Amino acid sequence: MSIGIVSAAYIAAAVLFILALGGLSGQESAKRAVWYGIVGMALAVGATVFSPDVDHVWVIAAMVAVGAVAGWYVATRVQMTEMPQLVAALHSFVGLAAVLIGYNAHLELVGVQAMDATARQALIGFAAVLAQKDAIEIAILHVEVFLGVFIGAVTFTGSVIAFLKLAGKVDGKAVKLPGGHLLNAGAALGSLVLLVLYFNGAGIWALVLMTVLALFIGYHLIMGIGGADMPVVVSMLNSYSGWAAAAIGFTLGNDLLIVTGALVGSSGAILSYIMCKAMNRSFISVILGGFGTVTGPAMEIAGEMVATDVDGVAAALNDADSVIIIPGYGMAVAQAQQSVSELTRKLRARGKTVRFAIHPVAGRLPGHMNVLLAEAKVPYDIVLEMDEINADFPSTDVAIVIGSNDIVNPAAQEDPNSPIAGMPVLECWKAKLVIVLKRGQGTGYSGIENPLFYKDNCRMYYGDAKKSLDALLPLIE
Amino acid sequence: MKIGALAEVFPGENRVAMTPDSAVQLVKLGHSCVVQSGAGVKAGFADALYAKAGIEVLQGAAEVVAAADVIVKVRGPERAEAEALRPGQTLISFFYPAQNAELLEVAKARGATVIAMDMVPRISRAQKMDALSSMANIAGYRAVIEAGNNFGRFFTGQVTAAGKVPPAKVLVVGAGVAGLAAIGTSVSLGAIVYAFDVRPEVAEQIESMGASFVYLEFDASELPDGAATGGYAAPSTPAFQAKQLAKFRELAPDIDIVITTALIPGRPAPKLWLADMVAAMKPGSVVIDLAAERGGNCDLTVPDQKIVSDNGVTVVGYTDFPSRMATQASTLYSNNIKNMLNDLTPKKDGVIVQNMEDDVIRGSTVVTAGAVTFPPPPPKIAAIAVQKPREKVKELTVEEKKAQEAASFKAKTRSQVGMLVGAAVVIALIGAYAPSDFMAHFMVFALACFIGFSVIWNVSHALHTPLMSVTNAISGIVILGALLQIGSGNGLVVVLAAVAVLIASINIVGGFLVTRRMLAMFQKS
Repeated sequence: MSIGIVSAAYIAAAVLFILALGGLSGQESAKRAVWYGIVGMALAVGATVFSPDVDHVWVIAAMVAVGAVAGWYVATRVQMTEMPQLVAALHSFVGLAAVLIGYNAHLELVGVQAMDATARQALIGFAAVLAQKDAIEIAILHVEVFLGVFIGAVTFTGSVIAFLKLAGKVDGKAVKLPGGHLLNAGAALGSLVLLVLYFNGAGIWALVLMTVLALFIGYHLIMGIGGADMPVVVSMLNSYSGWAAAAIGFTLGNDLLIVTGALVGSSGAILSYIMCKAMNRSFISVILGGFGTVTGPAMEIAGEMVATDVDGVAAALNDADSVIIIPGYGMAVAQAQQSVSELTRKLRARGKTVRFAIHPVAGRLPGHMNVLLAEAKVPYDIVLEMDEINADFPSTDVAIVIGSNDIVNPAAQEDPNSPIAGMPVLECWKAKLVIVLKRGQGTGYSGIENPLFYKDNCRMYYGDAKKSLDALLPLIE
Repeated sequence: MKIGALAEVFPGENRVAMTPDSAVQLVKLGHSCVVQSGAGVKAGFADALYAKAGIEVLQGAAEVVAAADVIVKVRGPERAEAEALRPGQTLISFFYPAQNAELLEVAKARGATVIAMDMVPRISRAQKMDALSSMANIAGYRAVIEAGNNFGRFFTGQVTAAGKVPPAKVLVVGAGVAGLAAIGTSVSLGAIVYAFDVRPEVAEQIESMGASFVYLEFDASELPDGAATGGYAAPSTPAFQAKQLAKFRELAPDIDIVITTALIPGRPAPKLWLADMVAAMKPGSVVIDLAAERGGNCDLTVPDQKIVSDNGVTVVGYTDFPSRMATQASTLYSNNIKNMLNDLTPKKDGVIVQNMEDDVIRGSTVVTAGAVTFPPPPPKIAAIAVQKPREKVKELTVEEKKAQEAASFKAKTRSQVGMLVGAAVVIALIGAYAPSDFMAHFMVFALACFIGFSVIWNVSHALHTPLMSVTNAISGIVILGALLQIGSGNGLVVVLAAVAVLIASINIVGGFLVTRRMLAMFQKS
């Protein structure tokens, strides 16, 4: 295959990737769009493999086959509640691959520079590109390799830690080593010094030392961020994995990698922005693991939490005409999405309006709740975003809060001294009755008291969400 | 403890303080119950129903008093009843201690304890035993029914083949519990409802019930602070009263039904619907005065009677609205009593603990252990959070709005131009040193970022997880880098590249497959 045809395939692939992302604007077009992505990828990989620049085709075939089987196995076996872990794990792969490719670029460069002119003529692929570079280009290449490895390494350990936290293998709480963010700042500064050294011709030791520092930054940064901020973390890592791919693209002089990396990088950046906006916190404050500054004492909460039982909830639902369900991470933890779906089906069969209100940061991944509800066969046209449904609460009979806390906290609007003041929240307390499914009386992730639970129109239905809902189902008539 | 319910002796009183249902609940608290024969008959609870629930039915009042440790009643005790109390015995009923100082002394002399249901403080926690509210709710409902009974027309407007019927216009004065219940009932019958209250903070509640709030033009400083009086209305200033009456006078000719519920604690009811307003109303109109017991809000009200004015307006001054719905009233009142006993029996073992540290119990206990404990100290928790003055949103004039828009447009332009200039300088700096090859790639990178931003903004929020998994899959494009390097002569490079190919393929295949799996799950209903 000629270089021209390979380039044509790359252009087609880039266009297809853009279409694949653009198609995600709607549920139906997304089903088609994912095929664009698959075809684009097949074109890009196929064209590269059969281009004159590539050797060791059998090694490639074996590796792709093994990787494909592993990928297929993971993708078919993963539970939908485990999506956050899977996404984090896949990010770490991109990060690791970027590190490996960066090292390869360095090794090749050293190898090529040691060759004489005739040997250089015989080179193919990446090495041939390197052989043609002049001194300035090689200096630039140093920077590109360095950045690619740095971003890749941060993404790698960061994603591994995010994976372990989301999978519950590491405690989800924010943990920092003594020294806190000064350690990160120190490591970043050290990396900058190493960059200057490497730029001026230091050997592989600078690259290795920087990799160690970058791995530490990734580890320590994500360890210091708590569980409920994971949507931001995962989208941030998504963005990093894109930038790492783009940096590798610069190293290799490959425009398709640059385009794809930039697409993924900006996608992750926008997701992070949306998540931060939904928590009314700056990106920096999320990454540094702190809440906004508290300016005064929190508003005192009067009243008491009134508990109710399964009969009370059933009676309220049987009388209601319109119901809004607000799921949160607690629903995912209790694996209650099937029971929620069954409840929805039963209520809808009785002619009641049932809708879902999804806060952007509900769950541990952007869009996490939508996927769980889709898995449980809840039709997506009754699953609404916060802005679409917030105005409808006053005309709603019953709002059911399942395992969410901060995203329904009225203190965000009522108490200017609350740490979450100004955060957009679902105004479920405006419904005629709010039923809160909750394990116990504790506060949420942020440790902020929720005045919702003390409101006159709020009833607490304690217990495991799945068991509570299963007890409720036979009583809906 | 043994809890005994007496039959009411007050003429026309149909309610009873213990129903078979509430007695069963009391038994669950570890108490035993007795009831005087015939106590519930007028409320629809025959002796047989009590017996069926396992409650002992005793013949006379004397036997109940002798048997029971706790006496429950609806109306406050008659003097004879108070004198029959024995030391250590507890009486739970309405009592109105401020008006019944004499009875307090009797109870004190007898060494009994009296818990007055009308003294339950108005805090959220005590709502379940707030009998004044539960009775007021019934009174409000009944007032509308009574009005309908005396009103010759429909509440709702109709256009029928036989002609058009205008909707009735109802004015509710005083939006306490009774007023709100009256508003709700009238609205649900289809009437056009107006409501007035001296506490502007209840406007929201009134509007939430479907009525329109009658606004007065006044200065905020003339108003009493609703929070300071435990959520009850306080007397208003003469200037305010004058404005209020003028407003009513203006409304009177249009209104078909007036329901007045205005009461000020510890004072006679304020006169709000004067004789001239009644005179201004259309014949056939109805005034229901829920404040009749305390003198009435209407000049013409005669307590316990229905009169018709000279111009044909019916003025109803009944004082026994809850008793006219005895079954409902008894059910709610007996639940209030049950909830009170629930708080008095913290361990649910049938032992009553008179915890005088508890705001609710302290507030409602008016006599105990040979001492009068009325009036109680103010409760530790305020009934209603202090109202903050609403911030007024300043209405901007057209010019101001325009100026503001122009200013924000300028600011945005400035920041955008600033950023563009900054970016241009940075890129120019890079371009000054970097080779042209790099700049070509950089251009691709910058354009791809812009395309990425505009494409991703359109992604639906619901598809953010598939977005992440598909970007995961396509970021597996780093495989190209590894593919190009794998042809190297350096063995280490080949190995590293092979590993990179392996993990990137996991990403590609896993990412696309899981995305497809997820998207297939999204179903339309």
